[in-house]
Amino acid sequence: MNLKLKIWRQKDAKDAGRMVDYNISDVSPDMSFLEMLDVLNEDLNNKGEDPVAFDHDCREGICGMCSLHINGEPHGPDRGITTCQLHMRKFKDGDTIYIEPFRAKAFPVIKDLVVNRSAFDRIQQAGGFISVNTSGNTQDANAIPIQKHNADLAFDAATCIGCGACVASCKNASAMLFVSAKVSQFALLPQGRIEATERVLNMVKKMDEEGFGNCTNTGACEVECPKGISLENIARMNREYLFASLK
Amino acid sequence: MAKSALLKSSLGKKYWMALTGLFLCLFLVGHLLGNLQLLSGSKDAALHFNQYALFMTSNPAVKILSYLTYFSILFHAVDGIVLTVQNRKARPKGYVKNNPSANTIWASRNMAVLGTLILVFIVTHMVNFWAKMHFDEKMPLQTVTINAGGTDMEFYLTTNGDYLPKSRVDQNVIEIKNRTEFYDAAAGVKINEGYKDLYKITVAFFKNPDYGLIASILYALAMVVLGFHLYHGFGSAFQSMGVNSPKHSPFIRNFGKAFSIVVPLLFAIIPLYIHFILKV
Repeated sequence: MNLKLKIWRQKDAKDAGRMVDYNISDVSPDMSFLEMLDVLNEDLNNKGEDPVAFDHDCREGICGMCSLHINGEPHGPDRGITTCQLHMRKFKDGDTIYIEPFRAKAFPVIKDLVVNRSAFDRIQQAGGFISVNTSGNTQDANAIPIQKHNADLAFDAATCIGCGACVASCKNASAMLFVSAKVSQFALLPQGRIEATERVLNMVKKMDEEGFGNCTNTGACEVECPKGISLENIARMNREYLFASLK
Repeated sequence: MAKSALLKSSLGKKYWMALTGLFLCLFLVGHLLGNLQLLSGSKDAALHFNQYALFMTSNPAVKILSYLTYFSILFHAVDGIVLTVQNRKARPKGYVKNNPSANTIWASRNMAVLGTLILVFIVTHMVNFWAKMHFDEKMPLQTVTINAGGTDMEFYLTTNGDYLPKSRVDQNVIEIKNRTEFYDAAAGVKINEGYKDLYKITVAFFKNPDYGLIASILYALAMVVLGFHLYHGFGSAFQSMGVNSPKHSPFIRNFGKAFSIVVPLLFAIIPLYIHFILKV
């Protein structure tokens, strides 16, 4: 099939950037979205033009590296997938596809479609861990009994791959779905309870410092999340933070 | 850190937004129950409504609640403005193509606009009625006309149930002081107290030949705006306070939706009823 692409091109962080039109032909419906971009880039390379820079790594939906705001939605129109799992069969011959970087003050554009998501790393460093010494006295994890229900919820929260689609889809560029998933995966487990108070206070503080917006419960993040992280996590973080603040 | 976190942090602002919003939902219920008396067809409707209005402006407990309401409205509005400004700043450059209707409902994306319209309505509404009740020197007192021996006589209704002939006030035998108090002019002693006729003011406002129709329609439209604001806001407040679980959420969501339809609808019926149906 033949497609018209409108892609955000920006030389570097300082460049103003603009949308550029490209025509691409003979796209197979079985290609992934990133493979389609690979074909475009081969073409650009052959013509001696600068290829379109975009993030990607594992290309199987588990690393959280690919991004892209496609036709007005992060990771495109499909649900529960990352951009690398999006297939061209979701589009029709002759379609115009808008491809833009994730937009947020906290996610500055580095080049073209590549944004700097290290704000997420800094939030993680502020408390998204448990302090365990690995000196040989570490307790066997299976020795601590955990309710099946809580284990499942913690696991669901832990499936967050930190891609940033929640921020990209939120009208306020809020990172609360990401932060709440990271808070929840520990808050639900006894190993995580020890540092729970400081964790939620520090991670939310860092989140605010990084310039993410405030949650207004529109629920866009939950819909667009490739891993189906639930808004219940945000409610849990709100509870955790409220009790932590009152301590 | 913890104390300032409850005011300054992103989550702290959400808590206040939710708490003031839910308090205002309670206020709406109280206000609605009072106003629904305007729909009563009874011949004492005016007296009952004016007695209720007097209670609402004089009872100390109600006074505390009313100050809490003013505070909640202001705080909810200011907090909302602060949040909106911060949220705009969080995405300085928007998308060329955005498809928000794919993942959110319209009301949830337009709470600030809806809220601003509601604030404009509240100010207008307070100028129309609240200010008259509290500050208008010419606020009329409730009277009743009784046919006595073939001639119509007008009487003031008083708080202890007596009928005070209007003629005696006109003849300066009785003086009105402090807008509602009847004084014996010669002795200078307070003898009775009247009712501010808020019922009359309200009916006259919505039946006004010049602007009654447009006012009734605008009041009803304001309630549509309120409905959309509540449609997202009610459930959102519980989420912000951390209440969201498979057990409670369906009930809260459904209750919120019903609340956002029923309460504004009942409010909206009142001006339309007065303008189109009520006979005076």
